[in-house]
This record gives sequence, C-alpha cells and structure tokens, in this order.
Amino acid sequence: MYKVTIGLEVHVELNTKSKMFSPSINSYDKNINTNISVIDFAFPGTLPTVNKEAVNKAISLAVALNTDISPYLMFDRKNYYYPDLPKGFQITQMTKPLGRNGYLEILDENGSKKIFIHQIHIEEDSASLDHKDEYSVINYNRVGVPLVEIVTEPCIESVDDAINFLETLRNVIRYLNISDADQTKGQIRCDVNVSLRKEDSAELGVRAEVKNVNSFQSVREAIEYEIKRQTDCLINGIEIKRETRRYSPDTGKTYSMREKADAVDYKYYVEPNIPKIDIEPSLIENIKSNMIVLPNERIKKYISEYKLSYKEAKNLVREKEISNLFEGTVNLGSSPKEASNWITMKLTEYLNKNALEFNELSITSEMLNELISLINNKTISNEQAKKVFEVMIGESKMPNLIVKELGMEQISNEEEIKKFVNEVLDSNIDAVNTYKSGKTNIVGFLMGQVLKVSGGKINPAIANKILSIEIQKR
Amino acid sequence: MVSNIIELKEKLNNEEDIKLLFNETIKKAKKCNEKYNAFVTITDSYEHIESDSILNGIPYSLKDNFSTEGILTTGSSNLLKSYVPAFDSTVYEKLKNAGAVLIGKTVLDELAMGGTGTTGHTGIVKNPCNESRMIGGSSSGSAASVAAGVVPFSIGSDTGDSVRKPASYSGIVGFKPTYGRISRYGLFNFASSLDHVGILSKTVTDAAIVTDILKGYDPKDMTSLKDDGIKYVNEINNDIEGKKLFYIKEIIDVETEDEDVKENIKLFYELINKIKNIGVTVEEVSFDKSLLNAILGSYYSISCAESTSNNSNLTGLPFGERIEGKDYKEIMINTRTKGFSELIKRRFVLGSYILKRENQEKLYLNALRVRRLIVEKMNELFNKYDGLILPSTGGIAPLFNGNDSDKLSNEYLLLENHMIIGNFGGYPSISIPYGKVNNMPVGVNITCGVMKDALTLNIAKKLEELIEYDGGEYHV
Repeated sequence: MYKVTIGLEVHVELNTKSKMFSPSINSYDKNINTNISVIDFAFPGTLPTVNKEAVNKAISLAVALNTDISPYLMFDRKNYYYPDLPKGFQITQMTKPLGRNGYLEILDENGSKKIFIHQIHIEEDSASLDHKDEYSVINYNRVGVPLVEIVTEPCIESVDDAINFLETLRNVIRYLNISDADQTKGQIRCDVNVSLRKEDSAELGVRAEVKNVNSFQSVREAIEYEIKRQTDCLINGIEIKRETRRYSPDTGKTYSMREKADAVDYKYYVEPNIPKIDIEPSLIENIKSNMIVLPNERIKKYISEYKLSYKEAKNLVREKEISNLFEGTVNLGSSPKEASNWITMKLTEYLNKNALEFNELSITSEMLNELISLINNKTISNEQAKKVFEVMIGESKMPNLIVKELGMEQISNEEEIKKFVNEVLDSNIDAVNTYKSGKTNIVGFLMGQVLKVSGGKINPAIANKILSIEIQKR
Repeated sequence: MVSNIIELKEKLNNEEDIKLLFNETIKKAKKCNEKYNAFVTITDSYEHIESDSILNGIPYSLKDNFSTEGILTTGSSNLLKSYVPAFDSTVYEKLKNAGAVLIGKTVLDELAMGGTGTTGHTGIVKNPCNESRMIGGSSSGSAASVAAGVVPFSIGSDTGDSVRKPASYSGIVGFKPTYGRISRYGLFNFASSLDHVGILSKTVTDAAIVTDILKGYDPKDMTSLKDDGIKYVNEINNDIEGKKLFYIKEIIDVETEDEDVKENIKLFYELINKIKNIGVTVEEVSFDKSLLNAILGSYYSISCAESTSNNSNLTGLPFGERIEGKDYKEIMINTRTKGFSELIKRRFVLGSYILKRENQEKLYLNALRVRRLIVEKMNELFNKYDGLILPSTGGIAPLFNGNDSDKLSNEYLLLENHMIIGNFGGYPSISIPYGKVNNMPVGVNITCGVMKDALTLNIAKKLEELIEYDGGEYHV
C-alpha cells in the first residue's frame, strides 16, 4: 500500500544562565515580564551580543549528532511582524547553520538505524502569548531564550522510529546538560512533516507540515492521524495539498492552517550587527574530549561487556544519574547483573511506589555496592536486604550501619547454631518422634522453629545442615 | 585657533565656571533654535560629573538618535515624539563620565534617513551660513549647533555621508573614524553595516580630542574594534611630507554648467597644487566608471534593506506613539502609517521589495557585490597611497526654494555622493572646510584605509594649517 516518510524539526530551549543575545536571566519560574531588558524589548539602539555558553552547548549537541561543524558562526534575520517578536525579526541561522549532515543512531531489540540530520542551528525564542477572549497577554520572559533547532532529513519510516528518535535525542540532550527538555514546559517542541508514497515509488509524496506539536504523545497521534488522513485521500483520489497544519490534542486531529507552506516570505538576510565569529578547531576538540559517554554507547557496552539484555540496558540509561549509579556500583566490584537487578527492579519499584523521581534520592554507588556485598558474604539474607534497601534509600545511610543498628547480622557460627537446634529438639519431643517414625518431612517444621527461636538471624543453610546431623543423634 | 575645546577649557577653573558656561550655552542654544531650528530638546537641567579628562566641563550637543536615559530621544520621528529611553548609549555614557556637559539633542532627518535636514518632525533646519539654504543631513542640527558657535563639538551619525556632508555645507569639520572604532550601542540602527558614529567640530584637533574619548571596544557592540592604543591628538602634528594622496579622475571630471560646481573644482585643483608644494604627492587615478555609477544605487539598496528590518521594532506595541486599532495588525499599520513621513515609508517599501525572495539576487546581493568590488579596488589603492582626496560635495548647500532637493543633477552625481565609499569600506573619512564658493563654505574630503584613523586626522590637520580657512563667525 503506502509507505510513510517522516521528517522532524525539533526546537530545544537551552538551559543557559542568560538569553541568546541579551544579558537577561534565562529562567521559567519567575513572574511574567520580569526576565527582560532593553535589548529584549528591542528599544531603539540596542544591539545583540552572542551568548558563548549557548554556542558551546549547541556545539556539543552538533558533535553528539555527528554533524560537520561550520568553521564560523554567522547569523541571519528572519523578518516578520508579530507581537511576540519585538524586533520585528528573529535572529537565526539560515545561510550557514552551525552543523550539517549528521546522524543520530536509534536502537531497538533488533539492532540500530541511523536517522540523518539535515542541520542543527542556533536561534532565539519569541515571547509567549496568552490569548483571552477580548485581548491577549504577552509575556516577554521567553523572548530571546536560546534555541537549537534540529532538522532531520525526510528519512524516518515509521511512527515508532520517530518517537524512538525523539526519545533518544531528548536523552542525549539531557546527558549533555544543555536543556531539561521538559515537554510540559515547552522546552522541546516539534514540527512534524508527513508524506505518503506508493510502496514501489522512489519519489516522496506531497507533505503536510504539522506545526508546534508539544508532546511526544501528540507527535505520535499527529503522525498516525496524518497517515490515516492521507491514506484516505490517496484511496479516494483526493489531491494532497502542500500545506501547514496544526494538531489539536483535544480531538487528536490535524487541521489545515494555510496552504503552500512557503507562501510567507521571511526576507532572510545576514544579520549585520553580529560579525562572523570563528569557531576554533581547538574549541571543538576540547568539547569532544570532555564529552560525557552518551546513552547509545552505554547501551552497547552494557550488552557486549556486561552481557545485559537490550531491555535492561535501555532501562539503566534512561537517566544519566541512574546509569552513573549503575556504572559506579559495577566499578566498585559488584557484578553488573546484580547491580542491574537492584536498579531495574527494586529501585524502580521503590520510585513507582513512592511516586518519586530518581534525582530526589540520595543513593550512591557505595551504598548499593555495600548492600550487594553484604548479601554475597552472607552477612544478611535476601529478605533482610530488602529491608536494608528501604532504610538505605529512605534515610540515606550506609548498609553496614543499618545492619548494625537493626541487629541484623546473620549467625553463621556452628556452635551457636547448634545451641538453638538442640533447644528446639528438646522442646519438640513429639516432632522428633514423628521424624523417627519415618515422616522425615517434619524437618521443615523444626527448621522453622529454629529460625523463629534465633530471631531469624541465623544462616539458614548452616542451620539446616546442623539440624539434620543433630536429629540423627536423638 | 587650534582648538575650541582647549580654548574653552582654559576658562574653566571650577564648578561655578562650568555651570556658568552651561547657562550661557543654553542661552545660545535657544537663540540657535529660534533661528535655525537645530534642537529637538534643549537640556533644562545641569548635570555634570567631575572628571580629569580634557572634556571636563565642555558643553556639547548630541544627535537625537542616541539613546539618553531619562531624556527624550525622538529620532526626529513623530512615531517616537514622546519616547524617553531607559538606557544610555555608550557614546553618551563615555562623554558623561568624561565630564562633558550635554546641552541638547539635535534635529536630524527622520531616523537619519535623508540628507537635507528638512524631514525631522520638528521642522526644517536652516544653515547658519545662509538661512535660505539647507545645511544638509542627516546630522543637521548637530552641524548647525557647531557652525553657529553654540558648542565646540557635536556627536552625529554617518551612514552615507550624514556627518561629513552637513559639515561641508556649514564650514566645519566632520569626521567619522573606522567602522567599529566607536561603539554604536544606543545609536538608533539605520543600516548597521554602514552606520558610524561621527564628530562635528570647528577644528581637526577637537575631532581628535573627542575621538580619543569615544573610541574603544564595547562588549555591548560586537562590531566594535579593540582599541588601537593610539592617542590621535598626539599624532595630528606629525610631518606629512612624502605622503601620497590620490584623487579619482572619473569623479572629479565633471561636465557641468553649474558655476558653483565649476568654482569648487577650480578651488580643489588650487588646493592640490598647494599640497604638492609641501612635499606631498598627489596623483590622479582612474577607477572603473561603471562601478562608480553603481555606488548610489547600491547604497540605497543596502541601506533601505537594512533599515526596513532595523526599524521593524517601531510598531507602537512595546513603545512609541501607538495609534489604536481593532487588533495588533491594525495597531501596527495605523502606527506606522501615521508615524512616518512619506520619505521614510518610501524607503521601507523599497527595502522590503529589495529583500523579497524573488528580488534579492538582483537587487540586494548585486548591491553587496558592487560594494565588495569597490572596497577591493579601494583597498588596493590604499596599499599604494596614504589617502584619497576629493571635494566633499559637488555644489554648495542647496536652496530651500530650489528644485526638488531629492533630485540631484546627473552632471555631478558622483561628485555629490562619493563619500559613501567611506561607509562601504568602513574607512576613516573627514571633511574639512577649504574655501568658499558663492559665499558659502565648501569642504574637502580625506579618506584613508581602515584603522588609519590617526593618519586621516594627521593629514587633515596639516591641510587645515595649509588652507587657513576663515569662515568668519556665525555666532548666535
């Protein structure tokens, strides 16, 4: 039937201290119209200055996306009149984007695919508008917030790949600490291009561009709706128009905004107030050599070196801090499998049960490693370990200390265990007799009594062995 | 008279003297305004920061397109007729900290677009040398306030020749240093790639003194230059014997019936001979006429394109004289329709047309190519010569009642507009008075290679001595 081709344009707000071209604070949690300066309002005579931190962050993403990096920075003006844009133009990169021709690998159980990146460029955000019935409110806090825009080639062939790409990209962005990429705060926003073509056709179909889709769930729904809508058009011989559409999360549908997406002429030209700025190769080298190991590399390592499954590995890298906890624990000597089990199962369960985020915990690799070795050297049982784990996370204490405080050390001394065993045998003559009559499974009951008398502190394997010896002596 | 600033400075012994001078200057400014309409605002409060700079206590005027916190700054446009900025331009800040005393904000052609001094929202500016004549623009009021002897210097801006031409028309010095030498922060953007801060004064020495105070890198203006560490006033008296100047044949070879232009050219050749006599070489150089003919058109193309975008902030929404409407679009349209004069609107429409996708290649990018070719050729010439010398203008300041002042005679179009070359290349360029034609002053223009600010002022100072211009006094 028809094959879908998807291209994504992703806008990401950078978490710099100040704005892209002005010294105003770049932050969300302030009252409206407070993070502003004369430059943000475009008062006559103001000039832009380029935020170095934003450039460095954008370069680190360009490196992570394997793009060719422009030897110099250069900006253009995109001219249009709208109240969210006090200058009457947006400073962006048209002529010479920061990075071109890159790719990002997406992984799944079956292997990996490359999603090709057309370009990545730097620009500034507009003010946010809140439309009321009779009037609109403009909040200039967002005007001038640094953005990077990542544009993929039209090369994504399924909605799952599109979502996988977005999740992988968001994770890379968070690992690089260039943005919190929180969808609910609009820190990552998408334009989605969707077209259909016949199975055997090499030529791409006419595309619809769905603007400003603000969550990955909406991206999924918008694509699915477009596939359905366009398929219906093709089947019924209705011409698909090249148009800009908007997505409504309320209905799950897309609606036509304007035909001919390139009808608006933004009159781009080179921004004359910012000279060309050389990007020194040493700066790129420096960013490369200081770059954190990214989630894909980690997943591959966990699978090949640590023999974990793809699912486990993916679970471990879902947040940088979780992955770091895992690697730290392994580096301290724990086996990857045990460390992974604790994190992917017990820890996840704990977070879900208490509705917590990982970064709200103060668990360290040292804690987890100590817990695992306490189990391995049989100081505590698996049952006890669960209790220690809860206290460890809840009170942020080292497991050794918890074990001491709770008097949890296991008794492995054979003489001591022998005392408990004989105490139980002495007070359960009937059961001993039953055993002797041949009903040997009564030993389970006796073992339970031994554990009970010892307060659960004895090593069950040793106790079992001693019980079977002592009962024979009766 | 070497320096009006130093002359004045010698009379200033204490704060009382400075205040007295301020009050006297304000009186003069008011008279100047009655006669020539030079000011949008005359300062009503005395503000002085004590400093040990040479400008301490010296009164000056500032073109009304430099942002001054708390002081009305209109750009001589109706749209900004009540705009009071919340920040200082770097130029104003530096002068304030140097102890200079602002006495007023001067009239310009609306938003610095124009060369006649007739389009400001407060009315036309008259030439103190002859009230029936224009002073040119766009730094019209700045030139008038210096020519009329109100202040020893004024700050203007120069995008095509907006400091040098009114200086030439009114018998004073107009200097714009290398692009980026002085920060543009707070100067209303007109055409950013061509905009320069310039100084108008009576003497070359004073232009050097003021430039020394204003120059230097400004972190708020990314196009500003790192300071060259040279104190220009210390270099202006250097010997210029052995220096090599050139003039461009195709610009000066004018076939005209205009007696003023003929007289001006005659004066120019007389000056060339005098210069040769002091051991300076002056050679005639030929320059591709078709390129020169493209200067004015390319200038309009580039400046209109940049200005339409630079002035897109003037919508009446965050600031400015808002004219209400039923929605934001109507507010913007009403504000811009009523706020700008016809001339400005024509330039914005042109700029917008030039930047349209389908026109950019032909109208905008070709203009940039012309600019580059001219600059490349000029740079070649500056490798061989120290500077370019030409009359600043063809004729003298035009009459108000003459023909449409926007239409210039084709006969001497090049001679009238060649100073744009200085903006194309960002070259330091100065106009100094060198004589009178028809009892009106005319200027000679020296332009040197980029960064050669000290040399430009040095040559100008030596020529000033050689010329011994006596314009008479036009004191109010």
